[in-house]
Amino acid sequence: MAPDPILTLVWAGIIGVAIFIYVVTDGFDLGIGILFPTMAPGAERETAIATIKPVWDANQTWLVLGGGGVFAAFPLAYAILMPAVYAPLIAMLLGLIFRGVAFKYRARTSRIWLWDFAFFAGSTLAAFAQGVILGAVLQGVKVSGRSYAGGWWDWLSPFSLLTGASVVAAYALLGACWLIWRTEGAVQDHAYRMAWRGGAASIAAIAAVSLATPFLSHDYFSRWFETPGIYFSAPVPILLVITGLLFIRALKRRAEVAPFLLAELLFLLTFIGLGISIFPWAVPGQVTIWQAATAANAQSFMLVGVGLLLPVILGYTAYGYWLFRGKVGAEGYA
Amino acid sequence: MFDDVSALTLARFQFAFTVSFHFIFPAFSIGLASYLAVLEGLWLKTGRDVYLQLFHYWLKIFAIAFGMGVVSGIVMAYQFGSNWSAFSDKAGPVIGPLMAYEVLSAFFLESGFLGVMLFGLDRVGKKLHFMATCLVAIGTTISAFWIIAVNSWMQTPQGYAIAPNGQFYATDWWLVVFNPSMPYRLSHTLLGAYLTTALVVGAVGAWHLLKDRKLGRAAQPATKIMFAMAMGMVAVTAPLQVLAGHEHGVNTLQHQPAKIAAMEGHYESHDRAAPLILFGIPDDAAQVMHYKLEVPVLGSLVLQHDIEAATMGLDKVAPENRAKVAFPFYAFRVMVGLGVLMLLLGGWAAFNAARGRLFDNVWQQRLALGLGPAGFVAVLAGWITTETGRQPFTIFGLLRTAESASPLAAPAVAASLIAFIIVYFFVFGVGTWFIIKLMATEPTPGEPEASDEEAVEVGSLPPEAAVGLQPAE
Repeated sequence: MAPDPILTLVWAGIIGVAIFIYVVTDGFDLGIGILFPTMAPGAERETAIATIKPVWDANQTWLVLGGGGVFAAFPLAYAILMPAVYAPLIAMLLGLIFRGVAFKYRARTSRIWLWDFAFFAGSTLAAFAQGVILGAVLQGVKVSGRSYAGGWWDWLSPFSLLTGASVVAAYALLGACWLIWRTEGAVQDHAYRMAWRGGAASIAAIAAVSLATPFLSHDYFSRWFETPGIYFSAPVPILLVITGLLFIRALKRRAEVAPFLLAELLFLLTFIGLGISIFPWAVPGQVTIWQAATAANAQSFMLVGVGLLLPVILGYTAYGYWLFRGKVGAEGYA
Repeated sequence: MFDDVSALTLARFQFAFTVSFHFIFPAFSIGLASYLAVLEGLWLKTGRDVYLQLFHYWLKIFAIAFGMGVVSGIVMAYQFGSNWSAFSDKAGPVIGPLMAYEVLSAFFLESGFLGVMLFGLDRVGKKLHFMATCLVAIGTTISAFWIIAVNSWMQTPQGYAIAPNGQFYATDWWLVVFNPSMPYRLSHTLLGAYLTTALVVGAVGAWHLLKDRKLGRAAQPATKIMFAMAMGMVAVTAPLQVLAGHEHGVNTLQHQPAKIAAMEGHYESHDRAAPLILFGIPDDAAQVMHYKLEVPVLGSLVLQHDIEAATMGLDKVAPENRAKVAFPFYAFRVMVGLGVLMLLLGGWAAFNAARGRLFDNVWQQRLALGLGPAGFVAVLAGWITTETGRQPFTIFGLLRTAESASPLAAPAVAASLIAFIIVYFFVFGVGTWFIIKLMATEPTPGEPEASDEEAVEVGSLPPEAAVGLQPAE
């Protein structure tokens, strides 16, 4: 049974949205983990972790929807890409295990330093691995028939290491901006300093990845530097520069919410940029989304579920954030 | 060629290892979530503080178990692609949507309201908090529904067709979801989860009753209540589980007779009056059961309720389609043996309760303590029975396990397997230790709340660490 071309586009959009929500929500959770060693043990760390304790689990669920969604909507892409990024994928899962249990364990142990380290290392490893996976997919994988045909180290390249480091920097930026919003006093002061550094590193990373990507393949190059692709793609770097400048201004003015929103906007723009590079490939240069898409009746069956349940999910997720709103002290939500 | 074989074996072992570890946590948290909802409901209804004590007591344990279930579950969600990519490609259009429904209808519900359940009692008030607890419990059950539908479809596929490119696709979603073994497997699994939880709660209660008796002090009211509730639950669910298990077996005989032959250790077919093999040592190479201890005629009676019924043995199954008998044969006996002990515990507890001596019978409490981990062993044994009994197929009769794996080199699978083994034993070992430590303290009036305990005490830290402490608004 063939896929429906329109529903295929819809599903590519849904998965794009799921992955985007994951990145910009669990991104700040992981970012706090990445920044953890820069925070003083005690009140500062407790405050930082208290801001995300009620929401991180729900944020992480978007990763399951993203991965499960690719499996469900584009099984062929899932079957080709997962073995291709085997090592970084396993690394990400192990990182998420340590990050996740650290929330529970650090409160129950006398060796808090051990689980603080696990929280930091797990978050950083997961972030880095996610970036490596992104780079490995962008640079392309070998395909034969309906399966991956490369080796288990193919993902490793200067480019994938660059994207790995970039995601770590960008998540750290998100984490710092989230803390600016949700804390005050010394914790917030520290978050401002980290936002400056994270911002500088993120902007450098975005520039480096943006410059490197078009040279990975001619296809990417033509979308970014030749007509007619340039008409669609040119606004993205221009908006990125404007957002970057606004972000710097917001930090200088010590705005509390604007840095977070502008950092999220930076993510949105880079995400759109990635979309421009990849679309309509599910496996770049090899398999299009229409070739990878599942059967039409599976697409429509799932769309019913998404249509009914996604608004409800967004509703109670928003409720959860609203419930745990406001500034947070070391004792958690007061 | 050798590399292919060993990569496949390693991938199978990895799946078995990670899924077994993972399932321990939901087997406990499905039942515990419902127990917590009952406790909170009783607290709201009666206003008795003792239920709130128990709620807080078990919520702390639930938080750790649930956390371990979540992180080990994400591994499962990605392992289909990483290690079983050929299966994912072929079966994706049928089972992918069911798993997407699991994420949408269950995972978000659980994770969304877990935060409220753990940290929100003071924020949202009692009623809304109770609703959050119920939603988490419902979420765990919905999750079981979908994943059991997936597994059952792989056991007893229907409502599908195969496309020219080799992919399965659904022709009728209702038939896919409610496939023949699904209702049986779902009831058997859910009852197993409730029974597992009841045995754990009962063992914790028994431990404190025995300890209080030894130390010559009165047991806490909360301890008595949890012990009584747990024993009541065992007395009700253990017989139900025997019934559900039997019905599941009859269903398997109908749809997967080769699996029943392996479970029962029947290498030979019988025209009538098949014996029931109690024990023996299976030998696949010679296709004989050595040293078998059997009851004549009972085999036909148990599964077919008819002495004259013919019973299929593995001799009627093509050699390349036979499962290795040892796994389902032994695992099935472990499960049934433990089930008998659970039945005994439930009956004994009911007998003692009827005489008003539930809290006095030391030997019954010792049995309850001993059977604390029995639920976990029994559910794992049950899964081993049904999963190894399906071999050599992933989708029974349609897709072979050997044709399901990813094109990975053995060293890649070996390396990840070793990493999983080390990390799981360390991480989940520590988590289990925390849970056991919590269980070792008796629930008392003024039981600390999970939200208090989850926060590291800032006051207990060295003074230099408290620098930067800012009051919250």
